[in-house]
Amino acid sequence: MTRRVVFLYGLMLLVLIGVGFFQSWNVAFGIFNLCLISAVMALGVNMQWGYAGLFNVGIMGFTALGALTAVLVSMPPVQEAWAVAGGDLALSFLCLVATVVAIVLARRMVPPAFRMLVTAILVVAGYFLIGVFFLPATDRIESIDPALSGYLGGLGMPVLLAWPLGGVVAAGAGWLIGKIALGLRADYLAIATLGISEIIIAIIKYEEWLSRGVKNVTGIPRPVPYEVDLVDTQWFVDLATSLGATDINEASSLFVKFCYGLLFIVVLAIVMWLAERALKSPWGRMMRAIRDNRDAAEAMGKDVKARHLQVFVLGCATCGIAGAMLATLDGQLTPTSYIPLRFTFLIWVMVILGGSGNNWGAVLGGFVIWFLWVEAEPLGNWFMATVTAPLPDDSAIGAHLMMGAAYTRYLLMGAILLLVMRFAPKGLIPER
Amino acid sequence: MSFLAATGMTGGYGGADIITDCELRVERGEIAVVVGPNGAGKSTAMKAVFGMLNLREGSVVFDGTDITGLAPQERVRVGMGFVPQNRNVFVSLSVEENLEMGAFIRDDDISQSKEQVFELFPILAEKRNQPAGELSGGQRQQVAVGRALMTQPRLLMLDEPTAGVSPIVMDELFDRIVEIAKTGIAILMVEQNARQALEIADHGFVLVQGTNRFTDTGEALLANEEVRRSFLGG
Amino acid sequence: MEIANAFALLANFVIVPATAYGAQLALGALGVTIIFGILRFANFSHGELMSFGAMVTILVTWLLQMNGIGLGPLPTALLALPVGILATVAMAVLTDRFVFRFYRKKRANPIVFAIVSVGVMFMMAGIIRIVIGPDDHSFADGERFLISYGDFKKLTGWDQGIAIKQTQVVTVVVTLIVVAFLFWFLQKTRSGKAMRAYSDDEDLALLSGINPERVVLIAWIIAGSLACIAGTLYGLDKTYKPFIFLQILLPIFAATILGGIGQPVGAVLGGFIVAFSEVTVTYAFKRFLAYLGPDGWAPDGLVQLLSTDYKFAVSFVILVVVLLVRPTGIIRGKVI
Repeated sequence: MTRRVVFLYGLMLLVLIGVGFFQSWNVAFGIFNLCLISAVMALGVNMQWGYAGLFNVGIMGFTALGALTAVLVSMPPVQEAWAVAGGDLALSFLCLVATVVAIVLARRMVPPAFRMLVTAILVVAGYFLIGVFFLPATDRIESIDPALSGYLGGLGMPVLLAWPLGGVVAAGAGWLIGKIALGLRADYLAIATLGISEIIIAIIKYEEWLSRGVKNVTGIPRPVPYEVDLVDTQWFVDLATSLGATDINEASSLFVKFCYGLLFIVVLAIVMWLAERALKSPWGRMMRAIRDNRDAAEAMGKDVKARHLQVFVLGCATCGIAGAMLATLDGQLTPTSYIPLRFTFLIWVMVILGGSGNNWGAVLGGFVIWFLWVEAEPLGNWFMATVTAPLPDDSAIGAHLMMGAAYTRYLLMGAILLLVMRFAPKGLIPER
Repeated sequence: MSFLAATGMTGGYGGADIITDCELRVERGEIAVVVGPNGAGKSTAMKAVFGMLNLREGSVVFDGTDITGLAPQERVRVGMGFVPQNRNVFVSLSVEENLEMGAFIRDDDISQSKEQVFELFPILAEKRNQPAGELSGGQRQQVAVGRALMTQPRLLMLDEPTAGVSPIVMDELFDRIVEIAKTGIAILMVEQNARQALEIADHGFVLVQGTNRFTDTGEALLANEEVRRSFLGG
Repeated sequence: MEIANAFALLANFVIVPATAYGAQLALGALGVTIIFGILRFANFSHGELMSFGAMVTILVTWLLQMNGIGLGPLPTALLALPVGILATVAMAVLTDRFVFRFYRKKRANPIVFAIVSVGVMFMMAGIIRIVIGPDDHSFADGERFLISYGDFKKLTGWDQGIAIKQTQVVTVVVTLIVVAFLFWFLQKTRSGKAMRAYSDDEDLALLSGINPERVVLIAWIIAGSLACIAGTLYGLDKTYKPFIFLQILLPIFAATILGGIGQPVGAVLGGFIVAFSEVTVTYAFKRFLAYLGPDGWAPDGLVQLLSTDYKFAVSFVILVVVLLVRPTGIIRGKVI
């Protein structure tokens, strides 16, 4: 670690401490926790872009998959739903398997000329066959107490288990899309990932039997204590008073955030350690060699597509882990908040500002950009207020501009990306 | 002073020098041929003459003016035409459009030049509306030469115009090149088929490892025992 | 009779709307494919460029409407369109000067261009939200229908009518004019041919004395004009929603790749194929089949392949199939 890294990290920490003193410690810890999650995502993107030069526009989709996993792992199962629809769901799953098997077999047996046609027919037939069992089943599930439940629920297991599992699920989706789009023009991957993330988020939004859709799943079990319990717990009250806390409620919420922070730091440390080891291994050197001169690497007999698939899947998995962490922190799954390009873009700005190809840079970028994103809102309001100050109070234009203040954040992030790309393409902490 | 005099050319693509103290000359209405083994820097020397390579040393003088500092497009404007070895036609444009693009820098009437090209290569007149990408290798080379002629160059540079075409088409192409030279255009070309090329050449340059080994008339080179043994296969 | 009704039903809910939508996608895809062909990158900011063009057109339309200027039965927006085009072209050329040109000079990797275009997209999105706000706006005026559902039924005596909205007619007519003009330009004019030549082979174009900066400038002028027209027509037809232009990017890219990158004819074809697939797949064929089947019979389900919630999944599936089966697209496009 160079002096520059220590200095920049120290500066970031000071700024956060400053927020603690001038705004509140609760706000500071809130930002800090999301910074940690952002940093994990940034590490994922850095693997794809920094190590391998792959442009993934669908990060939010993979994150949302992680969040969905958190729901499916940790929420208690809705017994009634399984009772009324479990059989039909199993049947539709069997139909799905049968369709896939039929297609695979048919493609082996049918002469190549008809292969496309037969595949298409089988796909459509299978689609309707699955629908026969699937649609009534989902209708029944969704009609069970729609205001509170109306979905299958999860497995009722500890939510921490969802973190690695979220990574696995996201990795699966990444593998599928990478298999299709890697090895072609570089921008095809970008467009394909844009598509897959739109679809993942649409599924989470509209398949109510699975995720309750826009009705949101709330109350995801926590891996840390609840504030209301803490306030009544003797050792915590003792601890808080011994530390000189005046408001026990505030102290409890601070403690919860602190616990989350510890968990996140552990995850970030593990991911960071693995990412650094991978980067410094022969595998990492090969990845960078491929990125810098693909043709030469290919000529040396490296299987570029397979290597790209590996690193792409790893990056997606990291984003999935971060998604599960995010849902755990929020305690809920709100599909509408996973706006595909907006947050994907934010993560991109983090990596590019921090320093593509440098994990320490990506983490720092995650901190800086999340901080700016949160603090840009008051900044934008202040900016617009200053701009509109000369206008009369009842000015329609003034009011209109104040309404648009929230969107100065877009402008700011776009500007940061363009300026960094242009004037400091190596970022804050350049790649070694 | 020759019409084109490229002297003392030394340079490469960033790394080590590929050509060293290389010299190429050609007069109006004459054909000069550059031959030599693979990797001798023949194409590189051509590119250097056309400004597609930064020269460390040496100069290119064309018709009495020093053009060493000019970009390739600017050399087109002073009267040089270049037919690259690969990707020398616009594949999705028709034959006629290829010729029109060749004449892009001209503002006057180009129909006469077009007719001259069609006279020289009658097959192109027949296929004028076909995309150049659909033509055979030999026909493509004709389009490429025709495209370069459309600027009415005073010097025509050809990089292996007969690469990948049949011997009959090759003879045909050489005949056309001689015809072009007779109209007063200077021709500088690189050739793999050294013997046939030297037969039509007024002057020949044998390049080895980026530098001139032999320079003489085409006839003299063909007669030279050492040249024959080393470069013409006996 | 039954067949006529079935046809009318299909025409009303599938053919007419899909044609209008296809025309809008075709215009969008044309803009993307031209930038793809000349500058060789996927321009993610094209959707917001469309939005920007529509926004300026809307603002001018409001100004005209306030002054009582209109086009009678035609939408006032047509009168405002030239101003919108000018503004959008200016925007496109300015972004090129201040953003893309730098990377062109450096001969940067296409993926760098794509990332930068995402940055441009965000800045544009910010500007648009600040200027016109995040709300939806309907700005179509003039006659609402060329022929309404009821009139059609009265005219033919069928049970089913075909409604043709004025905006749909305007969309198709404007698209026809624009596409015809663009193809004339590319096929017949010197600049158009130079653009095709440049798209074919950059180095050879340089050797022919074609000025790359001029070609790039014309490309942005065309892309900006097309974006503004496409955005305005889309907004006229379906009300202007600032957030929709992110989602329309996917069908536009699908149409571009399906048609073959850098191939204008392919882009038009691709636009219509994507639009028709999307509308057909999400249409419930229940009533249509009921007309064609025996009397008193109707299918049990809706006979709908996909819920409309997933309409952009259609673009995605098309995209995936193209990538798997024929990555060059229908008309062989560029694969770099």
